[in-house]
Amino acid sequence: MVDGRARDQSGAAEAIEDKMAILDRIELVTNAAGRTVPETVNGRTQTAYMGVGKYQPRGNKAAPPIRTAADYPVNGDKRVADLQTALRKCGLRDGMVISSHHHLRDGDRVALMALEAAARIGVKDLMWFPSASFPSQQGAIELMESRVIDHIEGSMNGPLGDYCTQGKMRGMGVLRSHGGRWQAIQDGEVHIDIAVIAAPTADPFGNCDGSHGKSACGSLGFALADSTYADHVIAVTDNLVPFPCIPWQIQGNNVDYVVEVDSIGDPAKIVSGTTQITRSPDRLRIAEFVAHFLRDAGILRNGFSFQAGAGGIALAFVSYLKQMMKQAGIKARFVRGGSTKYLVELLEEGLTDYILDGQTFDLDGVRSMADNPRHVATSPFTSYNYHGKGNFASMVDAVVLGATEVDTDFNANVVTHSDGRLLHGIGGWQNCLAAGCTILAVPSFRDRIPVIVDEVTTLCGPGELIDVVVTERGIAINPRRQDLLDAVKGSKLPIRPIADIKKEVERICGGRPQRPKRGERPVAIVKWVDGTVLDTVWQIP
Amino acid sequence: MTVATETRTGEAGHWGAEVRSDLQVRIEPRSRGGIDIELESRVKPYYGDAIRRQAEEVLEALGVRHAQVQIHDEGALPFVIAARVEAAVRRAGRGEGTRVLPDRIALPEPSSRDRMRRSRLYVPGSEPKYFINAALHGADAIILDLEDSVHASEKDAARLLVRNALRAVDFLECERMVRINQLPLGLEDLDEIVPESPDLILIPKVENPGQVVEAGKRIAAIKGDYGITRPIWLMPILESALGIENAFAIATASEKIVALTIGLEDYTADLGVVKTSAGAESLFARQRVVNAAHAAGLQAIDSVFGDVGDMDGLRAWGLNSRALGFEGMGCVHPLQIPVIHEAFAPTPAEIERARKIVAAYNEAQEKGLGVVSLGSKMIDPPVVNRALKLMARAKAMGIVD
Repeated sequence: MVDGRARDQSGAAEAIEDKMAILDRIELVTNAAGRTVPETVNGRTQTAYMGVGKYQPRGNKAAPPIRTAADYPVNGDKRVADLQTALRKCGLRDGMVISSHHHLRDGDRVALMALEAAARIGVKDLMWFPSASFPSQQGAIELMESRVIDHIEGSMNGPLGDYCTQGKMRGMGVLRSHGGRWQAIQDGEVHIDIAVIAAPTADPFGNCDGSHGKSACGSLGFALADSTYADHVIAVTDNLVPFPCIPWQIQGNNVDYVVEVDSIGDPAKIVSGTTQITRSPDRLRIAEFVAHFLRDAGILRNGFSFQAGAGGIALAFVSYLKQMMKQAGIKARFVRGGSTKYLVELLEEGLTDYILDGQTFDLDGVRSMADNPRHVATSPFTSYNYHGKGNFASMVDAVVLGATEVDTDFNANVVTHSDGRLLHGIGGWQNCLAAGCTILAVPSFRDRIPVIVDEVTTLCGPGELIDVVVTERGIAINPRRQDLLDAVKGSKLPIRPIADIKKEVERICGGRPQRPKRGERPVAIVKWVDGTVLDTVWQIP
Repeated sequence: MTVATETRTGEAGHWGAEVRSDLQVRIEPRSRGGIDIELESRVKPYYGDAIRRQAEEVLEALGVRHAQVQIHDEGALPFVIAARVEAAVRRAGRGEGTRVLPDRIALPEPSSRDRMRRSRLYVPGSEPKYFINAALHGADAIILDLEDSVHASEKDAARLLVRNALRAVDFLECERMVRINQLPLGLEDLDEIVPESPDLILIPKVENPGQVVEAGKRIAAIKGDYGITRPIWLMPILESALGIENAFAIATASEKIVALTIGLEDYTADLGVVKTSAGAESLFARQRVVNAAHAAGLQAIDSVFGDVGDMDGLRAWGLNSRALGFEGMGCVHPLQIPVIHEAFAPTPAEIERARKIVAAYNEAQEKGLGVVSLGSKMIDPPVVNRALKLMARAKAMGIVD
């Protein structure tokens, strides 16, 4: 929660000065990864990262208040006129936490609509808790300037990322993985006062589905925790159907109010029409290396499983893998989405039994989830949650991820540029590191900026969990994985020590890069999957 | 001594959101005030100081002591920065007669006359972003092109880029080829390129032996000046009806020629016919090139297949090309390389037959028999030779052990 901190109501300027004074007094500690992190963030005491699997909190999970069905309409019709009315009925007041999900990605209209409605009501100092933010939501900057929003806890990139990195946000940013967000909700680190759920289809009772409707986005998994743990839940839809909404991904029994609007998002930006495989020969080479590595390491076998994202290299990897699976007559038991056309093809051609899908990236993915019972919507609870009794991510044989930087001890950065500016969210990246074989597929340098470095600018993934780094100049296997090194003995793949690749890249780039100047003031923290503080994002003036 | 030098601005290179691994340099020489560099770069936090330092060094080496310099950098590597600064200075009318050369990495082993030349990847000489990883994709050769892919106004600058690339870029196992411009402009290219010991020079639009002789003489003279003893091979490109008619005379014009090739865009234009993917209009020319090359003991190398999206068309072209007697062809995109290598590889049936013939030959040798026979058939010496060559080639391609 954001309260517990004195608020100066007399003016924005003073409030900012007050805030600076607080930030200046922040105590810093060194965590188990050797990174300097703040002890207190947004008024809440933090636990510094202790190591992988070391932090084991006790106690009970958080829970929303007890409700009684008697307080809800017996005819099940929870519709109210508009968002403003719904927010008022939820008892919106200063300092509350409002959450939203990002399944509509850059096409989402609902989160800003809700925050702007809150502004019209006249509340201040909200904490916005999106599962991720997108550049089209830069209107939130104005709301931070006018103090409607105090700060954002959730991934920030583009204009919002710059606003945060430049130190303009009053509160500190808190960056969590998808699993980490669920963990924070479940153990009470973040309490959501009002969850606003954009629903491509809903009924008046509040059952919601993401895979049908003009704004269909596939899964609604990121909103599940919000729907069960928030004090109040508002469903916002542009496709209201009579009860029952089938299938339902969000249960109406958790929903307080339903609001009908003309449009919850811009369909063109919710899912891409067709996701394109890269034509860059360098990136294709990386993708092909990854596929061949899985073969040569013996990971590609009947009943195996993998996860790959929707980036250019990942898509190309799936296409190379598919050829090899067909040739060798190999079938996967399941693949994990982000689903795209390419995963859907695997499913439809019988090369995998299931797609377990966390989010749906293109029209083929949405269609498949709606029509194919073997294309299953999952959530961070099933896949990533630290407080779960296990999760799917650790059962995946291999995962292919990107990174902005990786050091010679295999520690990696995914949230900031090499100069420390926020670039993109953690997403499921940290959670996926639990896979049997974690592969980072990255170019060895971008625009003269080495990707393999002495020390990452921001630590997001501990090197002990990163097994293989695949670049266009060779494949480096983490020396901790002697089993993988043994498995690929005799392979024709260019397997090299990571320091060797780094040396070559430094020669090409004309020496080691200068260390960019970093500010002294923390502007955001990077959480590890267990809720401890892994690293700090520093102000860049 | 006072020399009234005209002050003119020199510009070289490219910048913009779409540009990568290049930079634009604008130099305005002044009479005093020292060097004033205004730098914008997407890699400024990492290499800003290095870029300034490098620009200052190049300017100093070229004798420019006072100038206003603007640099828009898009992540260019040092060898590109050096070439662009030098080009801008030369275009500003300064620095004549001086070369500013980046550090040279170790030269690879000289290439051999009869090495495998299945695929040669064309890289436009004015696009440094394509140089850097060109060799990773496994082509037998990289051609740094100064001719058709470089606009007339960029010839001077591309020449410097290619020169620096030959010094600084590791082309791994690839043969390092340069396609110069048509003579006489091509002779100026040689002045910059030959001192960096390329493995092979492609001479375009050759129509008579004299052109090869002229290029060969210039190369020999430059090699002499620089004390270069390793070979620099020649590959004439025949691209006109006259060139095709003179194929054998051209093929035998210099002992440095290792291969003969054909340029079909220009050839079909010369004939005034449409270039088709079936290639009937150029069949005669291609066969003549094959025949002339073999008559002169050279490799015959086919033209490029321009449609990057049509892999089936490329495969068919390559198979046909091999059947005609060519030993390789050009590539305009790295994705074409594996398809070409597959097309030019001997088939399993050919390998099997060759293996049997070689075994029979070895057996006959052991037994001291003059006649090689396989089953009931007698095998003639040329057949044995072809089988031996095929096996050697399959081995070089990594198809057999």
